[in-house]
Amino acid sequence: MSVTADKRELRDDALNGLQLSTRLESLWRTPSGFLGALMSVDHKVVGRRYIVTAFVFLLLGGVLAILMRVQLAGPEQTFLSPDKYNQIFTMHGSTMMFLFAVPVMEAFAVYLVPLMVGTRNIAFPRLNAFSYWIFLFGGCFLWISFMLNVGPDVGWFAYVPLSSLQYTPTKRPDVWAQMITFTEVAALAVAVEIVVTVFKLRAPGMTLDRIPLFVWAMLVTAFLVMFAMPSIMVASTSLILDRLVNTRFYDSSSGGHPLLWQHLFWFFGHPEVYIIFIPGTGMVSAILATFARRPVVGYPVVILSLIATGFLSFGLWVHHMFVTGLPQLGAGLFTASSMLIAVPSGLQIFCWLATLWDGRPVYRTPLLFVIGFIVIFVLGGLSGVMVASVPIDTQVHDTYFVVAHFHYVLIGGAVFPLIGAVYYWFPKITGRMLSETLGRWNFWLAFVGFNVAFFPMHILGLIGMPRRVYTYTAEMDWAHLNLLSSGGAAIFAISFALLLANAILSLRSGALAGNNPWDASTLEWATTSPPAPQNFDRIPVVKHRDPLWADNESLPVVVGLSLERREVLLTTLAEADPQVREASPEPSIWPLLTAIATTVFFIGSIFTPWAVLWGTPPMAVALIGWFWPGGSKENEE
Amino acid sequence: MRTALVPSAMLPLAACAGRQSALDPQGLQSDEILRTFFIFLVIAAVVWVAVVIVLIIGMLRRKRAGDQPLGLHIPFERATGRVVLGLGLATLVIVLGLSIVSYAGQRTVFAKDEHALTLKVIGHQWWWEVRYEDDSPDRSFVTANEIRIPAGQPVKVELESADVIHSFWVPSLTGKMDLITGQKNELQFTARNAGVYRGQCAEFCGLQHAHMAFAVLALPPDEFGRWRDHENQNANIPTDQLGKQGEQLFRARGCALCHNIRGTLAGGQLGPDLTHVGSRTTIAAGTLPLTPATLGAWIADPQHIKPGNYMPKMPLQSGELIAILHYLEQLK
Repeated sequence: MSVTADKRELRDDALNGLQLSTRLESLWRTPSGFLGALMSVDHKVVGRRYIVTAFVFLLLGGVLAILMRVQLAGPEQTFLSPDKYNQIFTMHGSTMMFLFAVPVMEAFAVYLVPLMVGTRNIAFPRLNAFSYWIFLFGGCFLWISFMLNVGPDVGWFAYVPLSSLQYTPTKRPDVWAQMITFTEVAALAVAVEIVVTVFKLRAPGMTLDRIPLFVWAMLVTAFLVMFAMPSIMVASTSLILDRLVNTRFYDSSSGGHPLLWQHLFWFFGHPEVYIIFIPGTGMVSAILATFARRPVVGYPVVILSLIATGFLSFGLWVHHMFVTGLPQLGAGLFTASSMLIAVPSGLQIFCWLATLWDGRPVYRTPLLFVIGFIVIFVLGGLSGVMVASVPIDTQVHDTYFVVAHFHYVLIGGAVFPLIGAVYYWFPKITGRMLSETLGRWNFWLAFVGFNVAFFPMHILGLIGMPRRVYTYTAEMDWAHLNLLSSGGAAIFAISFALLLANAILSLRSGALAGNNPWDASTLEWATTSPPAPQNFDRIPVVKHRDPLWADNESLPVVVGLSLERREVLLTTLAEADPQVREASPEPSIWPLLTAIATTVFFIGSIFTPWAVLWGTPPMAVALIGWFWPGGSKENEE
Repeated sequence: MRTALVPSAMLPLAACAGRQSALDPQGLQSDEILRTFFIFLVIAAVVWVAVVIVLIIGMLRRKRAGDQPLGLHIPFERATGRVVLGLGLATLVIVLGLSIVSYAGQRTVFAKDEHALTLKVIGHQWWWEVRYEDDSPDRSFVTANEIRIPAGQPVKVELESADVIHSFWVPSLTGKMDLITGQKNELQFTARNAGVYRGQCAEFCGLQHAHMAFAVLALPPDEFGRWRDHENQNANIPTDQLGKQGEQLFRARGCALCHNIRGTLAGGQLGPDLTHVGSRTTIAAGTLPLTPATLGAWIADPQHIKPGNYMPKMPLQSGELIAILHYLEQLK
């Protein structure tokens, strides 16, 4: 694919300054107009859409959480019917896990990783665009189904046999299963792009030990996605086959087994927690280094911890199944392996504490959220050690103790860093600063609201309140703590309203950010805010782990990329030595059309097996269009 | 005489929450679990407080002034690195220690006693079938939503499911265990003292998961023996006119299609066995205390009390309702 040197070809060493910028911009920009927007393959455009869409789903999932907290605020309330309640908690879990947490993390990676490794676009940009459309259509499909009263109602875990045709004869579990396949296709596509981008598109000189920690975190996450997601896709596809064409994967009366579902589900489901949490740690490392005014202590320790966490996360799914009657010795071993993951997580925490200790911290909103993260996440991690113990788990499993635990881990471990990341990278993405005053209010309301909402749930679980109950009687003595929790949830919700208000106000009239408002050290801050379509006018050369701190003068650059067609520079895997110039795809409408064809095929197959016949030709046509050999520029070679 | 008295004396207890708290252990197993939990809790609390203290000191430490990034001019890092690695090692030691504590607790909780009284619990959407089985068939009987056990003696519960996955959980006696189709699980526990302990399904099992509770009544052993002898007998035959009419209506109005009453022509197998329903403490799987009022309300409109459950609302005239109610109340 490499292009042989062509003397007449215009390269980026021929122009300078504004001329160069203008030329590159017209080469890399997204075509104008509505159709042009649909064709975009710019990772920043797709990433921005991804982030905004994921936050819309956060908002929707949050509204559902509030509805549940209203219902549970007092005993024997009739605000929601049992059927509505079951749909709502299923939709809350499914939305938060599949439509918010994983996508938003990958969305940040889609936006930031190419900038942080110093390249012009993500690897496989059309696949990237396709993955966004799939995610959008899958999410809309789920939510429209919910509005039409066919939203899933068997829990985000959809245990068989409850989700089997026999016990849930409606279309609701089918909707759920197909939505899973959709979002996981999107997640897998992004994972592949991240891995290839990090391995092959890094700026020259960015050796493995100069990769920013956020990028490392996303790399590990991408591998987790690639190994964990197929498990849930196999599970949900088997489920829908059981339901639609009468296979018997999970039917114990025909040689199947309900526990097969749980094994497949949790073999995905536990790494899933780390798929959400590890990007959070990447955000923490980025924010902490910038605001502690020094690199994170123990860079290699943090990376090894990330990798160890990734490996270990596949060896402890059974702790979700301690009460299913598995052999006792085996369960005991899974206790040990589950607790072991506290070691790499602990090491990371200690590195961050040391960074703060040895740094010269500047307390801005992003750092506040990181500090909140440490306080909350450590508590959630410790209750996780409790849950990993077989005897303790037999009491707290499927109670509000576990609800408290995983909200501490997921909100503390991922959402707090994420909100910090919003404050941190908002200036880069939009060119404007978020209000610091509103940011502080946002943090304190979130911190207090979160703890008031979720801490009491530990106690509720211990005094006997099971999960997923739509009501309880006054005699159970759960009313006061539930009311407290609902009050906390309201405060927590207000903090998100504040974030939304802050974003809207700042977009209109926030202070201009400039290239590097926080005086940070990584490459995304070396370009303009928001970055130009080509990311960098010239590809930087990296000579240090913190390039913007190491060089007071401007970064050295490589030259020689074409100005006549979109090109990225491929480098070697370990040392990031320049290898070849590679064409990067032009904007195209075909990823969107392929996504539409895929959506029609999948949704159709819920209602008629014939969709497998009439659904595939449009997909084939769309894929042929997508991969049709490109324009004349490439053929000039 | 006492057989009849004890349950009625316990009724207010069962009607109120009963004990359903892992923090109020009343069994040998729940004691052990709580002990394990407290060991974990103390260590967790110490670790968390230590982290927060280090965090706060780290934040407040007097720093040399300057917004200048330290950048490349990083203070000598080796000491910090050693502390970090030392803490990592300490984490490993704590984790291994806790694993051993956990396994010791696990062995105690799941220890088996061969002389345990064995009974079988089968989960249904949304009620509990309880089978007391014996080698001689005439000592075996079936009841529902209420488990009576001898206090101070080990009990083994065999767990199965008739439909979806449920979970058997009486927190004051021991931890939970799932009931799964195609699999036989078991759980052993010993109630230290006589009393009423509330249990509830812990695995989401569909629409009325919230209303799938039950009561465990631990009785003094001799009293348990008397109850078992009594429960083993067939249902009382109504002697008065209204009761006889109720029995006929029970069959004529379709109740007998689902419910079994031993010794009568009612032989349905879909719903709970009602042979001695009048002596139970709650109705509709622990949803309400059993009183003439609640029983009447339940028969009149079960969907109002527990929307979506499988007992249909039967068109009954008020006289018919009274007769059936009268009949069921006699089934002690």
